[in-house]
Amino acid sequence: MIKAILIFNNHGKPRLSKFYEHYSEDTEQQIIRETFHLVSKRDENVCNFLEGGMLIGGSENKLIYRHYATLYFVFCVDSSESELGILDLIQVFVETLDKCFENVCELDLIFHVDKVHNILAEMVMGGMVLETNMNEIITQVDAQNKMEKSEFSSFFSLYRRLSFSLPGRTGRHRLVLQVPLLVPCLP
Amino acid sequence: MPAVSKGDGMRGLAVFISDIRNCKSKEAEIKRINKELANIRSKFKGDKALDGYSKKKYVCKLLFIFLLGHDIDFGHMEAVNLLSSNKYTEKQIGYLFISVLVNSNSELIRLINNAIKNDLSSRNPTFMCLALHCIANVGSREMAEAFAGEIPRILVAGDTMDSVKQSAALCLLRLYKASPDLVLMGEWTSRVVHLLNDQHMGVVTAAISLITCLSSKNPDEFKTCVSLAVSRLSRIVSSASTDLQDYTYYFVPAPWLSCKLLRLLQCYPPPEDGAVKGRLVECLETILNKAQEPPKSKKVQHSNAKNAILFEAISLIIHYDSEPNLLVRACNQLGQFLQHRETNLRYLALESMCTLASSEFSHEAVKTHIETVINALKTERDVSVRQRAADLLYAMCDRSNAKQIVAEMLSYLETADYSIREEMVLKVAILAEKYAVDYSWYVDTILNLIRIAGDYVSEEVWYRVIQIVINRDDVQGYAAKTVFEALQAPACHENMVKVGGYILGEFGNLIAGDPRSSPLVQFNLLHSKFHLCSVPTRALLLSAYIKFINLFPETKATIQEVLRSDSQIRNSDVELQQRAVEYLKLSSIASTDVLATVLEEMPPFPERESSILAKLKKKKGPGAVSVELEDGKERGELNGGADRGGEAAIAASNASTPSPSSDLLGLRSAAPVGGPAPSAGSLLVDVFSEAGPAASSTRVNDDGFLSSAPPSAASEDPAPPLPESDELLNKFVCKNNGVLFENQLLQIGIKSEYRQNLGRMYLFYGNKTSVQFVSFTTTVSCPGELQSQLNVQTKPVEPLVEGGAQVQQVINIECLTDFVDAPLLNIKFRYGGALQNITLKLPVTINKFFQPTEMAAADFFQRWKQLSQPQQEAQKIFKASHGMDTEVLKAKLLGLGTALLENVDPNPENYVCAGVIQTKIQQVGCLLRLEPNAQAQPGEQMYRLTLRSSKDTVSQRVCDLLAEQF
Repeated sequence: MIKAILIFNNHGKPRLSKFYEHYSEDTEQQIIRETFHLVSKRDENVCNFLEGGMLIGGSENKLIYRHYATLYFVFCVDSSESELGILDLIQVFVETLDKCFENVCELDLIFHVDKVHNILAEMVMGGMVLETNMNEIITQVDAQNKMEKSEFSSFFSLYRRLSFSLPGRTGRHRLVLQVPLLVPCLP
Repeated sequence: MPAVSKGDGMRGLAVFISDIRNCKSKEAEIKRINKELANIRSKFKGDKALDGYSKKKYVCKLLFIFLLGHDIDFGHMEAVNLLSSNKYTEKQIGYLFISVLVNSNSELIRLINNAIKNDLSSRNPTFMCLALHCIANVGSREMAEAFAGEIPRILVAGDTMDSVKQSAALCLLRLYKASPDLVLMGEWTSRVVHLLNDQHMGVVTAAISLITCLSSKNPDEFKTCVSLAVSRLSRIVSSASTDLQDYTYYFVPAPWLSCKLLRLLQCYPPPEDGAVKGRLVECLETILNKAQEPPKSKKVQHSNAKNAILFEAISLIIHYDSEPNLLVRACNQLGQFLQHRETNLRYLALESMCTLASSEFSHEAVKTHIETVINALKTERDVSVRQRAADLLYAMCDRSNAKQIVAEMLSYLETADYSIREEMVLKVAILAEKYAVDYSWYVDTILNLIRIAGDYVSEEVWYRVIQIVINRDDVQGYAAKTVFEALQAPACHENMVKVGGYILGEFGNLIAGDPRSSPLVQFNLLHSKFHLCSVPTRALLLSAYIKFINLFPETKATIQEVLRSDSQIRNSDVELQQRAVEYLKLSSIASTDVLATVLEEMPPFPERESSILAKLKKKKGPGAVSVELEDGKERGELNGGADRGGEAAIAASNASTPSPSSDLLGLRSAAPVGGPAPSAGSLLVDVFSEAGPAASSTRVNDDGFLSSAPPSAASEDPAPPLPESDELLNKFVCKNNGVLFENQLLQIGIKSEYRQNLGRMYLFYGNKTSVQFVSFTTTVSCPGELQSQLNVQTKPVEPLVEGGAQVQQVINIECLTDFVDAPLLNIKFRYGGALQNITLKLPVTINKFFQPTEMAAADFFQRWKQLSQPQQEAQKIFKASHGMDTEVLKAKLLGLGTALLENVDPNPENYVCAGVIQTKIQQVGCLLRLEPNAQAQPGEQMYRLTLRSSKDTVSQRVCDLLAEQF
């Protein structure tokens, strides 16, 4: 079972946290910090698995992570999951984000937390994998977007205009945060 | 076109996020957030009704604030309004909020449940999925109660959309995990299993997680899934990489599903049906063959996916442990991975090999990789990988390679990461002991261990080396010589000084013939370390000195001088001062004979499980320690003859003076406890605190030495419970009346009665002498947790008990919740001036609060099944220590307080009982089954005892108590 899915940047700022077991809000924040501490001190090119921190169950659980440009994607899982399988799943998740956001970058996750949650919900439910087929996931997300647009159609033109002056896009961290997570030449 | 166009966000939200991100300091950020929270609060409370769009915006803001680590304590109501809306966008954000900020307010849950109910019956697949997600995310009992009946119906209905089926499967799984008693699969079982055949791979993917979980809990009911899983797996494995279209991931057909199918099969033994088994073996062979084929893509994702399946296949092969051919192939494959350039594969190969090493078919094959593994331990850059290598070395160790492995682990220790040193030390110590052929090697290894990683050598490790040296004559001389040499080092670890002091104090005479290690040289060497050591070590050294006086009379003057010096005899530490004073006095007054008796060599230690192994188990959790110490025969030998052990035990039980709290070498249970401590009781390490010397201190008392009582303040504390107090307690588990305790002075009788969660106990204290007891006081205390579990009230007794008289005391007991420990009864009185201080365990055990429950066979088995979670069951298999007389057994089971149910168990030899434990805050139903194998030879007769109750602690405790009764 997947116990938690955490995304944070190179400085430990959480960008998404989803826990599939109940912890207090305080503990959740501590787990994020502890996990960041464990993962960020590791070199590049070492293995992608390590024992979980004390707060999330110690050696009973494994942290399986991947580092994409400015973000760490960490899945905390118990012994019933295949380590390499989870690595694949992280890749599917990021590729899906990339398809949905077109060259996804950290900024997209910041401004569209709800969307990221929705995409994740199409893949993982209650800590178990719901769907691994990227096209299927994107079909679902597309269908939701269509519904959303039809409901907001009266406002739609307004949003389009505003989008050119979205403040985040010109902020001071623009360059760093707009580094695409995936190298663009994906198949 | 991207699926999420970047423009259609909410402007207010974007501005807020930018504001936060532009904050220069944490304070500014908090200020901005508080401002926003106030704004949202007022908007929510305001008179003006908010439109859906605004609500959505504010809820999104709250989500963002929550992610930053701030508590959100409002907005739930607005979220519930949103999720009840008919608009998808509002509904979706409402559900999201509730899923992220789960709240257990039951009023709120009721409203949410209503909305979910509507959505589930809406027949709109998107709404249904949202609702199912919400149930899976919250997963509370209330939700399970409301929906556990509905969801299986949705899952198997013919007209349910595939995406809804997927969500329903995982939702049901979540509810089953949270409240297994509410999810009754019965009629659905077969239809759920057949989801493995579903056309849609996504449905199979989701369903297999559900089936795996259900199968692991009820393997028999889901047995049919094995053949379905095998045929599904075979179809995937043999398909071309393009057959499965979207479920082909980087040229690998359905890797995720394949892994899950292989995991599901690990819930079962190898298939019995030959055809199914043949097909499965074929699959496994195909998977192993594919590993050797050239990759279809250079991308790491391709090899990852392929290897994910391969590793699961290998786990299944190891799990079956029955196909030598496959096992060897698996081992060779892992061997290849050990040298792979991908770190991930090396890590996983080491991990899988650890389990492979315990299979008899492949242990030898694993051993051939020893050089590679040692190399990994030395050269891997990643500590996680090195740790796996150390684990594997430990698992593959046997007599043939122990010396090499231990040497490698020792040399690795010099540079090992701090995080794994302690565990490494324990492993080295265990392997060294387990595979020691000659014990000089063992002694060398442990001393090296102390030299290299002294800080990480726990007490257990050096206790153990001393136990072994004392129990083996042939290694004592060598140990003395080696430790003497080790102490020559200018800086040695304090643990080395402890071992050195102990061993030279016992066996220094064995090397005293050599002028380089003459008695005085030995003493000076030890004493040169004295001032750098902590108090416990110094205390140990002082004891070594007095032993020297006995071993080498020529050192007497020197040592007496040291003891007499102000720094000893006036030491500010009470323990050191007392030892110095007592030893000095002992050495000057006692005759050589007396001295020789008092300071005799330590008797061998009785055998027990290695305390190191226990420690490693504790550290790694049970199951992590695959190497067990070999059984009795060899260990008996290791610890010297049984006769000598027996002597020690007798000596111990004759001693009238107790041992202080020292648990040196874990001997506590053998040491008598009960009177005032001879030398201050709180010292941790005391050479003289164990069996042999305890016996000798009796003689010291007889001779009138050292009879000055220890500081009286210490003796006023209640003594620790008598070693036999547990046994006394066990005598009363199945009966309420009898004699609890008796010695030459005092007899304590008990009568007790229990009703519901209340009990009353009458204690009768009888003075067996003709002299009165004065200052007679008794106290009942509930140590630790027990305080909140039991409520115990006593009335004080008369402080004077005349010779031959008996006084009575009433104790009222109220059981608040279930408990494990027993209350302590401490009795203090003076008899002829000497203070007597006895502590016993009061026989109040959880089973006393049983109410018998009669029930019919059908009821019993239904309830038995309901309590099928592993933690609800406690089981013990144990040897019969009494005969298997039916009437006696029945009487005991009735005495336990349960109802003995006749004609329930299909096997008339077995006994089943039922009862409800009454505590103030809850009632705990409890079922019991006792299965004797009465046909076995006397001496071979065994019982299997199984307890099931709704509370794990209760099952365990009742099981433990009852297992002592037969």
